[in-house]
Amino acid sequence: MARMGRLTAAGIALAAAGATATGVVVHRRERSPRAAGSDPRPGRWQVVTVAGRPEEVLPLGRWPEPLRRLDGAVELHARPAPGGRGTELAARPLGGDPGFPGLGAHLVGDDPGRFLRQALREAKQLAETGEVLRADRSRLDRPAASG
Amino acid sequence: MRALCWEGADELAVRQVPDPELRNAQDMIVRVRQSVTCGADLPLLAGRSPYLVAGDVLGHEFLGEVVEVGPEVRRHRVADRVVVCAAVSCGACWYCRQGLFACCDNGTAGGPEAESAWGQPVGGCYGHPARTGGFAGSHAEYVRVPYADVGAFTVPEAVSDDRAVFASDAAPTGWLGAELGEVGPGDVVAVWGAGAVGQLTAGAALARGADRVVVIDDHDDRLRMVERHVGAEPLNYRYVDVAAELRERSGGRGPDVCVEAVGMAAGPPGLLGRLGGGAERPLALREAVHACRKGGTVVVLGTWTGSVDAFPLGAVMNKGLTVRSARQHGQRWIPTLLDRMARDELRTEHLATHRLPLERAADGYALFRDRTDGCVRAVFTP
Repeated sequence: MARMGRLTAAGIALAAAGATATGVVVHRRERSPRAAGSDPRPGRWQVVTVAGRPEEVLPLGRWPEPLRRLDGAVELHARPAPGGRGTELAARPLGGDPGFPGLGAHLVGDDPGRFLRQALREAKQLAETGEVLRADRSRLDRPAASG
Repeated sequence: MRALCWEGADELAVRQVPDPELRNAQDMIVRVRQSVTCGADLPLLAGRSPYLVAGDVLGHEFLGEVVEVGPEVRRHRVADRVVVCAAVSCGACWYCRQGLFACCDNGTAGGPEAESAWGQPVGGCYGHPARTGGFAGSHAEYVRVPYADVGAFTVPEAVSDDRAVFASDAAPTGWLGAELGEVGPGDVVAVWGAGAVGQLTAGAALARGADRVVVIDDHDDRLRMVERHVGAEPLNYRYVDVAAELRERSGGRGPDVCVEAVGMAAGPPGLLGRLGGGAERPLALREAVHACRKGGTVVVLGTWTGSVDAFPLGAVMNKGLTVRSARQHGQRWIPTLLDRMARDELRTEHLATHRLPLERAADGYALFRDRTDGCVRAVFTP
């Protein structure tokens, strides 16, 4: 595993400091001790592979915009993907896996795993295409013109 | 604007809906000149997608004129006549850079839910539910085209609308079939389905030098088209033993490449099917697997949206077959196909057996779904 670098809330540039001879860049916050009885397993990483080298995906070590709003809540890890496929960008919630969020969380849109996945997807889109693709507005969003 | 809306299982109506708008800097708006029915619409029409919502606009195979461009669009200007690939792809992700545009990571605006259907996100498509796109369909006066520089192609002056519109989906799908089969000189190719995709696959196989191409269907009018417009051999499965006939026409070996261009049944599904479950019976695919020569290739082009029953995996293994499939990567082939159309090497006009105003699109879909009145494809003009 690559050398670890500590991430600051302001997203201080760590790409250079965290880069190893293999080009691996890791950003990690120190984990707080777990409460007794909590799940001892670390949270599962959610990963996307982004076209581009790690220093392009995280320029000057700055988190991509869609992930910045999660700063303080997740840890981020980037490393080159094998075969020239780009950069593997991984994130997981700080404080361990929240576990199965339950149907209620899905229904009210409060599933942290889904939220993290969405942020990763958006970060990938932004890095690769320069924009986050938006759906057409539905008929419900906009009333039809008369006629 | 007016658009053809899905109202419920087998219910369509032309309604007034809001005009599309630029939502991203790489978008453009196209005024639709022609939009075509496609077999991939039929499961949606029948209510097989649990995610389609009443009011969603159908259609994905179209051609039109640019009326508005976003600030990041470089290759197109207002008034350009363009054919638009049915698949929405970013052109920048690893898959797009490998030419696998239909596997694009960034082609849907559906969020993480887009990953749940197939385990990974795939490219988007116009006129499909938000989970597989999020983009309104083309059976409308106007369409928003995301990633316009990647998915829209200027039509050469020498190519008519009637011909070029099939470069959006049917022609690249046919080209895909021949390419996945790696068809080459000396090959015997069998194609199940004499619809537009089947015919264009047969034509692509001949263009790649196949020695013999046989197309199997039970509609005599379509098979006559195969003979007249494609130059392939028709085979009506109602009258002959297909497997025996194919063995006979391939020296007892079986075809080198067998292409299934039929897809799932379009009839109304049971409750399980509507909920995204259930299984189809891939009759043509089964026949293709059994007919194919040992070590040959079976290509699956038909629209499949779920699971299939009784797939002859034993035959695949014991005969050493290669099974390949994909949705079309049109961005890879549309420029070539338009060139071929301009040189008169690829003709598609005959596939548009019915031309109707958008107001009659529901009638057009009924003809297309039921294959009545010799309908191969219905083309709508808004």
